[in-house]
Amino acid sequence: MSRLKGWKEIPIGGTIVEPGSSVEFDVSSWRTFRPVFDKKKCTKCGMCWIFCPEGAIKINDDGTYDVNLSYCKGCGICQKACAVKAITMVKEG
Amino acid sequence: MKRLGLSGNYAVAYAVKMADVDVIAAYPITPQTTIVEKLSEFVANGELEAEYINVESEHSAMSACVGASLTGARVFTATSSQGLAYMHEVLFMASGLRTPIVMANVNRALSAPLNIWNDHSDAMAERDAGWIQLWVTSAQEAFDATLEAFKIAEDVLLPVMVNLDGYIVSHTYEPVVLPDEGLVRGFVPSRPLQNRVSPKFAYSIGVVGPPEAYYEMKYQVVDAIEKSREKIRDVDKEFGERFGREYKFVNEYMMEDAEYALVTMGALTGTAKVVASGLRKEGEKVGVLSIRCFRPFPKEEIVALLGDLKGVGVVDRAVTPGGPSNPLFAEVATTLYERGSRPLLQSFVAGLGGRDVPADDFKSMFGLVKDVVREGKSRPCIYVGLRE
Repeated sequence: MSRLKGWKEIPIGGTIVEPGSSVEFDVSSWRTFRPVFDKKKCTKCGMCWIFCPEGAIKINDDGTYDVNLSYCKGCGICQKACAVKAITMVKEG
Repeated sequence: MKRLGLSGNYAVAYAVKMADVDVIAAYPITPQTTIVEKLSEFVANGELEAEYINVESEHSAMSACVGASLTGARVFTATSSQGLAYMHEVLFMASGLRTPIVMANVNRALSAPLNIWNDHSDAMAERDAGWIQLWVTSAQEAFDATLEAFKIAEDVLLPVMVNLDGYIVSHTYEPVVLPDEGLVRGFVPSRPLQNRVSPKFAYSIGVVGPPEAYYEMKYQVVDAIEKSREKIRDVDKEFGERFGREYKFVNEYMMEDAEYALVTMGALTGTAKVVASGLRKEGEKVGVLSIRCFRPFPKEEIVALLGDLKGVGVVDRAVTPGGPSNPLFAEVATTLYERGSRPLLQSFVAGLGGRDVPADDFKSMFGLVKDVVREGKSRPCIYVGLRE
């Protein structure tokens, strides 16, 4: 995670002057539980990808799914959506 | 140069017209209405080329002003009392988003009971909104402060509220000198502003400031209003050079060798000055200090001008129910607290809800300040003119 800007560095009025800068916003620290994906159980149905409210689910080259932990807030919706129970929520250390 | 007989409200409208504003969004409310009424006339008859937005409330008026200002437009609105209160949440957005909006607030008491007359409770309730607050005592000052407000606001990117007392200033006709159009344009030229919305730039404005960012963003407003002191001084100076009337953060009257003084704000100052002048003839060393710029508060001036006096009475035209003191007194006392030695301070409340404060009341306030100095101890806040 990059260093947070000081008051002298932030554009005045909180204006965001670069488009698409929300990809730099790391929410890792919000999370209590993290989803862990079991590739062997995954049927590649994509329900986790559809239901994730944050767009934090990524598709692996083999068609299975995983999570981008920079954007995952740990809500657990993917786990509930997974019909074959391939996702487990594990408490963050 | 022209000399016209204008009410305080019309003086404001003329200043807004001469500043060549782009957008006016307002909702009528007594006693402010004649400002925006006059401006709508100017727009309707082609004297002022501006977008006049009729909105359904003051909340919308201020919201429209914020939006327009974020495109770089020069923006004006006016309100009073309940209208200002209804704008409350948007006032903080205006300062937080750094929009240089100029607003005339024609001071009027807040309900209940419903009251359309003058006191300062409306503006005092918004003192923490991050707005610069100027206070005037006459129609000419209202004109001058409104012109200055555009320049100050755009220099520091903060909104400015010009306060004029309801009826006493707003509806009293006085001779007002209007400078030449060219001189005014030179004083407030239109100029591009930083971080404005435009088709050229993909900016996001009005974003969320989570705990990681809010504190820094808020501090930017604190820093900007602190630094505005210097800018306001420069603008006052330039105004003086250009138009021949120079203003300061405070107006001093017979303060040079004064031992006792009253601190006032707004139109009460006139009566206080007349009374002080009379007392001077009787040999009393009294003076009057009126606050012209309430935000940022003139700390240096207060310390320099009041620090060595024997006694100072602060006249509030607003109350803080349940507080340790009233708004203006609190500011003066806090400012002087940092100084080791200071005058005895006496708090007065007067003129709520438009109650007249006649010369005799000022005479007794000056007398009471002298009394408490003799007694060596201030009294609890004295409610002048209150019937038991």
